[in-house]
Amino acid sequence: MILEVSKVTKQFGGLTAVDNVSFALLEGQILGLIGPNGAGKTTLFNCINGIYAATRGQVTFRGRKISGLPTYKVADLGLARTHQIVRPLNELTVRENVMVGACFGREKHGLRAAGRIADEVLAFVGLAARAQSLASSLNVAQKKRLELARALAARPFLLLLDEVLAGLNPVEVARMLDIIRQIRDQSVTIIMIEHIMHAVMNVSDRIIVLNYGQLIAEGSPAEVAQNRQVIEAYLGDPDQAERFLDLDEPAPAARAAGRAREGA
Amino acid sequence: MKPLLRHAGIWIAVLLVLAVGLYPAASRSPITRETIFTVLLSVGLASSLNILLGYTGYVSFGHIVFFGLGGYVGFYALDVLGWHLAAATLVGGLAAGLLALLLGLSILRLRGAYFALATIGINEAMKAFVSNFEPFGGPVGMELHFAIYQDYGGAGQALWMVYWGTVLIALAAVGVSFLVKRSRFGLSLMAIREDEDAAEVMGVVAPQAKTWAYVLSAIFPGMLGALFFFKQGIVEPGSAFRLHLSIELLVMVMLGGQGTVLGPILGAAAYQRLRGLLLTSAFFKNIQLAVAGLLLLLIVLFIPAGAVGWLRGRAAVLRRILE
Repeated sequence: MILEVSKVTKQFGGLTAVDNVSFALLEGQILGLIGPNGAGKTTLFNCINGIYAATRGQVTFRGRKISGLPTYKVADLGLARTHQIVRPLNELTVRENVMVGACFGREKHGLRAAGRIADEVLAFVGLAARAQSLASSLNVAQKKRLELARALAARPFLLLLDEVLAGLNPVEVARMLDIIRQIRDQSVTIIMIEHIMHAVMNVSDRIIVLNYGQLIAEGSPAEVAQNRQVIEAYLGDPDQAERFLDLDEPAPAARAAGRAREGA
Repeated sequence: MKPLLRHAGIWIAVLLVLAVGLYPAASRSPITRETIFTVLLSVGLASSLNILLGYTGYVSFGHIVFFGLGGYVGFYALDVLGWHLAAATLVGGLAAGLLALLLGLSILRLRGAYFALATIGINEAMKAFVSNFEPFGGPVGMELHFAIYQDYGGAGQALWMVYWGTVLIALAAVGVSFLVKRSRFGLSLMAIREDEDAAEVMGVVAPQAKTWAYVLSAIFPGMLGALFFFKQGIVEPGSAFRLHLSIELLVMVMLGGQGTVLGPILGAAAYQRLRGLLLTSAFFKNIQLAVAGLLLLLIVLFIPAGAVGWLRGRAAVLRRILE
């Protein structure tokens, strides 16, 4: 197990954003983390990488308890992440942005080696042509790739991707998925938060689903897609969906939901 | 990555300071020397402040506290302990660095305006402390016996000695400023300036990096303080911890271009020139600080990158030449 999240709860005043969530992650897998808006997905990421200290519960990374450590110590242990709302270092060049990851991430390279790694990673994510531009001059799709490049330059064991596909057009999504698969093939473990269902279902080995801070389902993409609670969280009452669909030919999703209900 | 000494920017900066610094030796004129002394003193102070303000993005309104403390400690070493000027200068720098280290561990947790306010508080607190600290002469301060200048070959020689010391420290401050900018450490500072939380997520140990930036930005002001007050022959709380000097330093850094090596040099020179003109003008001599304030306002509003930053933004050629 590369990561074990055990009974993690995060409360903000009276609001429980993450509620008693536990899961474990095998090395080399891609875990999809899905759930409706406000389900607590990013908050869970923040609890894992140390931006928030969990109210209760603990996170173990490669056999070491990391809950309560500051973010830079978590980064030092080999955990890197991207941000849902991109956070480029605007007045630095694209290359310098990526060098920060290489210099201060897990491997702590000097400037020269960091420069080489930055060039490699930028070529890998397809930003080499913009290496000398200021990060502020990139468009959204490029900034997403920069987020990814910075995280990769740290050569992490575990990569947390927070909606790297959001705001990308279909061609860019396909490109990014290809990059994500290649990263996994380099035996980097990945957790990805994603709203684009076909993408996350395609690329993930396993999926976990959060709703109102609680983990409501866990399993392979096919299992999760048929889970009654998941359908309810996304579409509302599945019976209602079925009733609408029953008016004519039942759609595949509704049939699947029906089966899941009968099985339950 | 180019070898450090192949950057045109550092040569422009160092040769500029050196040329200006050597000029009084050629002219042998004490008046020129005094004018340039003021400029180089500002270059040293502004370049140091730039490490914190320009690279790390932390505004220190009370940076002059290091100049004042270095002045006091150096003065004490000269006057009471009877140390040589060089040793007193070093110990002034060390004292300032030590204060920054202690402060760094506490107030650098604060961000933005809160940090800036805390630095003002520290300057005022230090002033109040020194005013009540008997070994430093309390509210009246300390005065050197004129005889001390005999150890350095008379007052005239001593003034030249202070001058060369200032040239050296200004050069060192500019050199360090460049080395920091081109280093891994400098990259961590600039990452903090751009987005401290994101930098930490990437592994930058921000509390540590900020503290060292603060220490580095305090050492040269401490040394310059020791030299300056040796030259003055007298040190008192009011003259050592002048808050408005802090503000003038900010104007110099912002005017020349924060975060650049050349900016604080040009800013210091331009500001001192302007100040000289204002002080000799019948109309402006009493309101020269108001002009500084207005200048700061205009820079922040219209050219926040300062002169060098603005130039660098114009053309790729200039980005290669100007650091």
